[in-house]
Amino acid sequence: MRLAVWTYEGPPHIGAMRVATAMQGVHYVLHAPQGDTYADLLFTMIERRGERPPVTYTTFEARDLGGDTAALLRAALHEACERHQPQVLLVGASCTAELIQDDPGGLARRMGLPVPVIPLELPAYQRRENWGAAETFYQLVRACAGPPGPRPPRPAGAPPRCNLLGPTALGFRHRDDLLEVRALLAGLGIAVNVVAPLGATPADLARLPEADFNVVLYPEVAEPAARWLERSFGQPALRVVPIGVGATQDFLAEAARLAGLPPPAPAAAASRLPWYSRSVDSTYLTGKRVFLFGDATHAIAAARVATEELGFEVVGLGSYSREFAREVRAAAAQYGVEPLVTDDYLEVEARIAELQPELILGTQMERHIAKRLGIPCTVISAPVHVQDFPARHSPQMGHEGANVLFDSWVHPLMMGLEEHLLAMFREDTEFNDAAPPSHLGHAAAAPPPPDLAAWGAEAERELQKVPFFVRGKARRNTERFARERGIVTITVETLYDAKAHFAR
Amino acid sequence: MSGASALPGGPGTVGAAMPVLRERGQRAVFCGLTSIVWLHRKVQDAFFLVVGSRTCAHLLQSAAGVMIFAEPRFATAIIEERDLAGLADANEELDRVVERLVARRPEIRLLFLVGSCPSEVIKLDLARAAARLSQRLSPAVRVLHYSGSGIETTFTQGEDACLAALVPEMPATTDRSLLVIGALAEVVEDQMRRLLTALGIGPLHFLPPRRAQDLAAVGPNTRFLLAQPFLGDAVRALEARGARRIPAPFPLGAEGTTLWLRAAAEAWGIGPARFREVTAMAERRAREGLLRIRDRLAGQRVFFFPDSQLEVPLARFLSRELGMVPLEVGTPYLHREHLAEELALLPAGTPLSEGQHLERQLDRCRAARPDLTVCGLGLANPLEAEGLATKWSIELVFTPIQGYEQAADLASLFARPLVRRDRLAV
Ligand code: SF4
Repeated sequence: MRLAVWTYEGPPHIGAMRVATAMQGVHYVLHAPQGDTYADLLFTMIERRGERPPVTYTTFEARDLGGDTAALLRAALHEACERHQPQVLLVGASCTAELIQDDPGGLARRMGLPVPVIPLELPAYQRRENWGAAETFYQLVRACAGPPGPRPPRPAGAPPRCNLLGPTALGFRHRDDLLEVRALLAGLGIAVNVVAPLGATPADLARLPEADFNVVLYPEVAEPAARWLERSFGQPALRVVPIGVGATQDFLAEAARLAGLPPPAPAAAASRLPWYSRSVDSTYLTGKRVFLFGDATHAIAAARVATEELGFEVVGLGSYSREFAREVRAAAAQYGVEPLVTDDYLEVEARIAELQPELILGTQMERHIAKRLGIPCTVISAPVHVQDFPARHSPQMGHEGANVLFDSWVHPLMMGLEEHLLAMFREDTEFNDAAPPSHLGHAAAAPPPPDLAAWGAEAERELQKVPFFVRGKARRNTERFARERGIVTITVETLYDAKAHFAR
Repeated sequence: MSGASALPGGPGTVGAAMPVLRERGQRAVFCGLTSIVWLHRKVQDAFFLVVGSRTCAHLLQSAAGVMIFAEPRFATAIIEERDLAGLADANEELDRVVERLVARRPEIRLLFLVGSCPSEVIKLDLARAAARLSQRLSPAVRVLHYSGSGIETTFTQGEDACLAALVPEMPATTDRSLLVIGALAEVVEDQMRRLLTALGIGPLHFLPPRRAQDLAAVGPNTRFLLAQPFLGDAVRALEARGARRIPAPFPLGAEGTTLWLRAAAEAWGIGPARFREVTAMAERRAREGLLRIRDRLAGQRVFFFPDSQLEVPLARFLSRELGMVPLEVGTPYLHREHLAEELALLPAGTPLSEGQHLERQLDRCRAARPDLTVCGLGLANPLEAEGLATKWSIELVFTPIQGYEQAADLASLFARPLVRRDRLAV
């Protein structure tokens, strides 16, 4: 048993949902109790999708357990096929259904449903979300891509083609990364054959073998499928993840090589990061001690950008991606730090407290830790939060991605000159340790106007019960209300009269 | 257990021959674990340890996502493959997790072991675990248990199970007292306390208390008022201790609050004159507050998907005080006895539904095209994308909505989605 305050990854069926939701024409019947339907909100609230995920939950109850949960499952399967008319049906169990052993996949196969059934075995007590996404994607690719064999030859005169593998629903900046990567490849004259799972249909998966090579954009999701395609169709995989200026150059060189094109000339000034990093104001970034944590891909990529492109010093590097522990250890060795491969939030918190970095590049979990410890932090990896789906284009990959990295990593730090002033004038009241950087806004502490009504003790206590983020407004409104009416002492009644007065 | 698993087999109608559609099928309601999200803030020295799976931990985290400003007083002991191999092992593991937790949070006085679907299915005996741990950690920490599993409880029923687990801990008394049960925001609790005290009703206690050691005493002379409609098990437990319920509607809206307070006043033999004296001003203020919002809501048609069991009292409030028209009032479980006063106040013929068949209910909702749909977080944006205005119901249990001073706030929650649509030109 493992004590978890927060978890970095959901259970594996959430990974399956991310794949199913990303695709078109796929439906997922999940044998699960009603509470598991919370998963819908991840997609509809966090990612703001305007459609429910294509998932039917059987929602069995305790009273069904003694009886026939399998009958419920059969009914759900029939209904899902009839109502949603999928081209492929995924069938699996969540943690609870795994224990009651109804074998949903086998049962669905025996029912002679009018649609191909892909049973998913996602062991909920061993595996986690990303593994579940990778396994689901692999099973879908295997089922749809046809029997292994030689690749069909490229039509004469057609440009080289590749598949982009790995983007899913609820992915950290997948939407924006895709645009950047498409632009990089277009610049080389390489066509994109299929993007999957995001936006793909089962028929698109059948066309995967037509490409010359596969781009493994998100290894956590795409690696098993890419390896199978490599084995089955002799399709090589491009495994450089283009996060940062250097990695983007490497990505382009590797893409050209796999496409049989001449090596590309380094694009001058494609990204602003190199010049911004060399401009004098950035000298204060030199040697900033940074702690990195995330999925393996983003954490490792960020370590390279942090050292080579921003001049930071990596003091800690870790990941919750157990499946990529080897890669994380290798990267940590390269930067001479102790690797941290764990999904125990408390362990990460302890390591950060011990290292006292000046900047944390992590997940939403590290943002909690950073807030508590008063350390600047930027989010570089899933698990995602509604803030990780900004309205604007905000990629991590490619040239524009490098610009975004520069801005978003440097923003929480002090501006260069400001930091020096702070050191010189420590006594200045505006510059005390608690003062936030000026560009992040000040908590104004103006003295109260003299004609203020006094707060009675009980009213003051009542005011403290107002949530802190509206308390200031409640105080100001009540005081204004009292002043306008010549009330000398604010009572609980005044507070509520004012509340009623200002309510709209 | 309660609710879903023990539906009273009554006929398909209630009260004045109100039609009740009873459905079975896919549900879209959270499980009882969700109530930990507000309970852990309410009882300040209690900690909730879910014994469950990674799914349970993920549910709590996702439901709590927007709410957490500080380290939460809840966590999950995640069952893993090796725990499933043998139960003796799982018990040792649980003890180890609890010890780590108590060492980390020495301020904990009361620890709830909260059962989940996996712990129920593998028959992990949390009652025994709680007794064992209580003995080991005594006197610093008391350990209790209840189930918030999705196979037995929906959403707010987790609070019911938690309160029912507290009842046997309450000291015995034969003194006369009033107990208000159901978690209320502190600000609401204080308003109720002021009003009830001014009426001369007391001694007065609340369940759950703000601190575990302030648990009220209970006995045959305890009368209690329900502040929430989803407390079937807690009521049974209190009645087993001899306490008696004061039947009343729920304190939502000006009318609901008055009727709720009046039921207590009458039980205490307080005359109407005194009652008016104490409540008139606040009630007037609440009614005036509602007037402003009524303009936007009157005549608007509202559709409730089942969620918190607050649906019936809310529909009563919206129809009687704001002039809205309920098209369907869906509730996960219709507690006919505790809702009797509410049902009597609903407009005759209001369509009620109990349980859920999600797809069929969505069909009905789309066909009816209500002006406002009250639904869970999973459905809100998809319905908005179809052009239907929605109010996500989870806010109704995370926000202070009971009592006079909150009546206008409650109404605003329903008006805001409509007002927002009026404003937006994009
Ligand atoms: S429904 Fe059951 S398994 Fe799912 S989160 Fe709730 S208690 Fe856990």
